[in-house]
Amino acid sequence: MAYNLKESTKKPERLTGGHRMCAGCGAPVVIRTILRAVKEEDHAVIGAATGCLEVSTCLYPFTAWKDSFIHSAFENAGATVSGAEAAYTAMKKTGKVEGDTKFLAFGGDGGTYDIGLQSLSGAMERGHDMVYVCYDNEAYMNTGIQRSSSTPKFADTTTSPAGSVIPGKVQFKKDLTMVMAAHNLPYVAQSAPMTNFKDLYDKAEKAIYTPGPAFLNVMAPCPRGWRYDTPELMDIIKLAVDSCVWPLYEVEEGEYKLTYRPKNKIPVADYMKPQGRFRHLFKSDVGEEMLKDLQKEVDRRWENLLKLCGE
Amino acid sequence: MAIRDKLSGNEAVAVAMRQIDPDVVAAFPITPSTEVPQYFSQFVANGAVHTEFVAVESEHSAMSACIGSEAAGGRTMTATSANGLALMWEMLYIAASSRLPIVLSVVNRALSGPINIHNDHSDSMGARDSGWIQLYCEDNQEAYDSVIQAIRIGEHPDVNLPVMVCYDGFITSHSVENIELLEDDKVKNFVGEYTPAEYLLKRESPVAMGPLDLQPHYFEHKRSQAQGMMNSKKVILDVAKEFGKLSGRDYGLFEEYRMDDAEIGIIVLNSTAGTAKTVVDDLRDKGVKAGLIKLRVFRPFPFAELGKAVSGLKALAVMDKSDGFAATGGPVFADVRSAMYDFAKDVPCINYIYGLGGRDVRADDIAKVYADLGEIAKTGKVSSTFNYLGVRE
Repeated sequence: MAYNLKESTKKPERLTGGHRMCAGCGAPVVIRTILRAVKEEDHAVIGAATGCLEVSTCLYPFTAWKDSFIHSAFENAGATVSGAEAAYTAMKKTGKVEGDTKFLAFGGDGGTYDIGLQSLSGAMERGHDMVYVCYDNEAYMNTGIQRSSSTPKFADTTTSPAGSVIPGKVQFKKDLTMVMAAHNLPYVAQSAPMTNFKDLYDKAEKAIYTPGPAFLNVMAPCPRGWRYDTPELMDIIKLAVDSCVWPLYEVEEGEYKLTYRPKNKIPVADYMKPQGRFRHLFKSDVGEEMLKDLQKEVDRRWENLLKLCGE
Repeated sequence: MAIRDKLSGNEAVAVAMRQIDPDVVAAFPITPSTEVPQYFSQFVANGAVHTEFVAVESEHSAMSACIGSEAAGGRTMTATSANGLALMWEMLYIAASSRLPIVLSVVNRALSGPINIHNDHSDSMGARDSGWIQLYCEDNQEAYDSVIQAIRIGEHPDVNLPVMVCYDGFITSHSVENIELLEDDKVKNFVGEYTPAEYLLKRESPVAMGPLDLQPHYFEHKRSQAQGMMNSKKVILDVAKEFGKLSGRDYGLFEEYRMDDAEIGIIVLNSTAGTAKTVVDDLRDKGVKAGLIKLRVFRPFPFAELGKAVSGLKALAVMDKSDGFAATGGPVFADVRSAMYDFAKDVPCINYIYGLGGRDVRADDIAKVYADLGEIAKTGKVSSTFNYLGVRE
């Protein structure tokens, strides 16, 4: 059946309301969209790395998760869920479990790009039938907006503050989706909860129901760290995608495919302007040069992606 | 009929694991424990077990995968040594506080640095506060027997705690000894099925594990965890009794060797007990009333039992194969002496740190300890409480 947002949202929520994520946070929107792609009859074991999502959805004695949920630590969502998947495989053999259970791990960019990268790489390489989802909000938000390797260049964070000498983060953002694509997994995709959520829903469904390991990297803006007005969440995402800062694509068995091509590629500055974390660029004399620097890198990566996608 | 065989400690443990046939083994190689997953993966490759072997990329992931697996409802085992155990550190605490009865063979090796692959107890002693039950084994037979018992101990509903089975690197892990194995079906019946009350794969009642747990409940959960450790003492003894009926081999919290009328005694762990027993026999032949206690269960610590067991001595030495760097002796000494305050206050007690980094421990070294104790027993005077044995100073 063709995707229909209205129909899709009629499914029972697997992440219930009442969790403690901030208003205007991208993460629960991402999680709920992905979980809508799990068939109603299937059970899920969901793991989370330590982070905003985990502390806000499972505060003893409450849980917002309708499925089975496990958190153990920050850097090991990949390994933890891989262990649960291994137990499932073994217990299937002995007839101790019945029915289909899907395995998903969620981590922020801190738990995925940085401290959990080894655990993620190991779990994916070993071929467990699981989906690892990074909800990428481009900094360590749970501890108070510290820079990660996912933080974009020049962003103002509490450990890469924009000062009079150093204008925010010095390095460009790590391209984790490409790193994971280089693992040659059955399915890797980059997405964002945009417009009718079709892109994310379709990719989630593919990731969950493609046998073997799958990785999804999903943009999930953070109003506290990015400093935008909470109702602007969806606009910010659209600007990220239309500026090609966050292209939407998938890699299926090594085949790259662009899943969305902006009709008009907008300047990176249009995406950055509504965000307080880049405010200093628009106030400073050298800001224009910095914007050029960023635009150049975004263009270079976009052109490279187009080549990979045969566009 | 028991099966007589000749196996190294690691092979004996791997055979026990084959007989237990757990759902998951997740492990990463590190000397001298490497052979355990090596032998075991061969059993997997030959279809001798139904186990999923997860060849993880680090010990941190090994323990993380064990946690995921055991939480999912699978019986789960692993093995490691030294730095591998250190890399698991964070997850050891989480396994215990999540009340997951994982069984881990710790093949004792000196913890870096400097890097050293040989035996001492600095690895498992550092993990003594992690909430794991710790069983220490003198030889291959004890390692084999303890791994089988560990499953029953940890999974007991009054306990629900992970268990470390510790045995000495190379000395025990790589030495081939005669061993009596139980038949496969006997082990299978003894360990039974793993039937946790709650687990992730119980789809009819999903469960959330590892929550954020703040001031209103955290302390109660830690108290309940502590109760599991307290309860485990009885369970360890009950399981040992049942295992004794099956195997003819008896186990307790510790072994008392010629302690009945002993005047001087030492407390040791693991393989050193074997060396020390011959020294005790020699001394007895010479009319010296020497005895020995081999501590098997270090966590939970047998406080009253051990305190009472040494109360009749005229002098006691506690042998620590790791230094706690407290500047007041090793970790075993600290706990033993604390127990003696209640049960053997007047018995002089001294400490020896020995054998670090695999420094050979000879009968002569142990004999020197007994000679020192003889002097203390005679004079009632302790000249040095904290001592190092067999080191150049």
